[in-house]
Amino acid sequence: MRFEDEPVPGYPLPILPGHTSPGRFERVLRAGGFAITTELAPPDSADPEDVYKRARVFDGYVDAINATDGSGANCHMSSLAVCALLTRVGYAPIMQISCRDKNRIAIQGDILGGAAMGVCNILCLTGDGVQAGDHPQAKPVFDLDCVSLLDIARTLRDDHHFQSGRKISFAPRVFLGAAENPSGLPYAWRPQRLAKKVAAGAQFIQTQYCYDLPLLRRFMQEVEALGLFGKVFILAGVGPLRSAKTAEWMRKNVPGMHVPDAVIARLSGAQDQAREGRNICIELIQAMREIRGVSGVHIMAYRQEESVAEIVDKSGILRGRAPWYPERDAPQYSHRTAT
Amino acid sequence: MYAVRLWSVRHARGLNAFYRGFEAMLVRLDPLFRAVGYERIERPVAHLEKAVKGLLFDCRMCGQCVLSSTGMSCPMNCPKSLRNGPCGGVRADGNCEVKPDMRCVWVEAYRGSERIPGGVESMSKVQFAVDQRSQGHSSWLRVAREKSERSAGPKGAATGSPTGSPTGTAKGAP
Repeated sequence: MRFEDEPVPGYPLPILPGHTSPGRFERVLRAGGFAITTELAPPDSADPEDVYKRARVFDGYVDAINATDGSGANCHMSSLAVCALLTRVGYAPIMQISCRDKNRIAIQGDILGGAAMGVCNILCLTGDGVQAGDHPQAKPVFDLDCVSLLDIARTLRDDHHFQSGRKISFAPRVFLGAAENPSGLPYAWRPQRLAKKVAAGAQFIQTQYCYDLPLLRRFMQEVEALGLFGKVFILAGVGPLRSAKTAEWMRKNVPGMHVPDAVIARLSGAQDQAREGRNICIELIQAMREIRGVSGVHIMAYRQEESVAEIVDKSGILRGRAPWYPERDAPQYSHRTAT
Repeated sequence: MYAVRLWSVRHARGLNAFYRGFEAMLVRLDPLFRAVGYERIERPVAHLEKAVKGLLFDCRMCGQCVLSSTGMSCPMNCPKSLRNGPCGGVRADGNCEVKPDMRCVWVEAYRGSERIPGGVESMSKVQFAVDQRSQGHSSWLRVAREKSERSAGPKGAATGSPTGSPTGTAKGAP
């Protein structure tokens, strides 16, 4: 969809009634659009061009880009810096904040700093344990957890003060999100955990990879039974699996990842496993669109970022709309399509 | 001790019922704690609390005990100190992402909560960020003081956090 007041890089949009952020991502969701988000792997580099290069591959296909915060407990460029670079040219980043590396003093500073740099969306995460990454010798902080982080971020925005009670003069106008893993134990309690996050301030949820549709459907039914539809936007997590071997590896090594045997069997039976992985992803997205309460998809294509455009295009979920990107409204520019 | 910790979750219902009674007694003892001075008894009580709860729950003495809301599985044993539920990394066998040989503290907490009447609802209440200054202080004394202040009416409602001053004599408890 197109808004008459599309962003001018560096200038915030007006905040619409009922909205908490001046961002485009919140607008798409509240306008009833099926939102598409993806994940940008921050570079191991200090070159801003490395960030822009990685963002450009999504141009025209996604509504917002998650900037990961040391995902998998690996060291990369900070999410705050990636977001600051992205907002300079008008992208809508979702700043991920993990509780693993910073205490509440640093985190609250980042929320203010991010908002000052034009960040409109924040995803509050617990974070992977340090043992999972390239610096297992580091100190895990975990001063907060994702729920208390949400509470603190909402307090900053709505009550205009730090956790200490000290006032701030201008509140961060942000749209707050959290993650959820429908395929994590204890299954029965996961929907209530989501409810807890909503109670603490979550306005949108991006889930972990969901390869098990019946499980996702059940999860969504329970979320509906808890009366959460209308209170939170849920984006289902998907991603292309490169091969049966990768899927096996991820299942074993990526915390909280659940890949049903049927998916692995389908991959290993295919001639071109990478293509089959993308096909599975496309089918999942199309099926997710039909699930009640799913407001969008979050496509995580780690090291296959270039496939996101094709996946979105072939799944047909954009239904003709072109998400904003820096050159979209330039007059001489005709809308590109995936090749 | 790990085995005792798992035992405590299996007996969450009984332990919770016992604690309810114990807590009521603590609150009744508030005048005595006050007379002796909460500060004065803080250290011995904290030692006692650490010994008892250390044995039963591998208690880390965060000073803001929420065991009744976590099915008697101490959330501070979570390597990420999560106080609001499991992370997304729980292994398929219900073990911890960080410590593969340990049961996920929150998978256990859910099992324990199911055994306590109203346990699951209370596990679903938002726990605010822990006050790190309370580390090492007695949670029993804090509860005794806060609850008796609260029942004394809104006038006596404590404003600031009772950091560093949870006091009381939990002696009479066991």
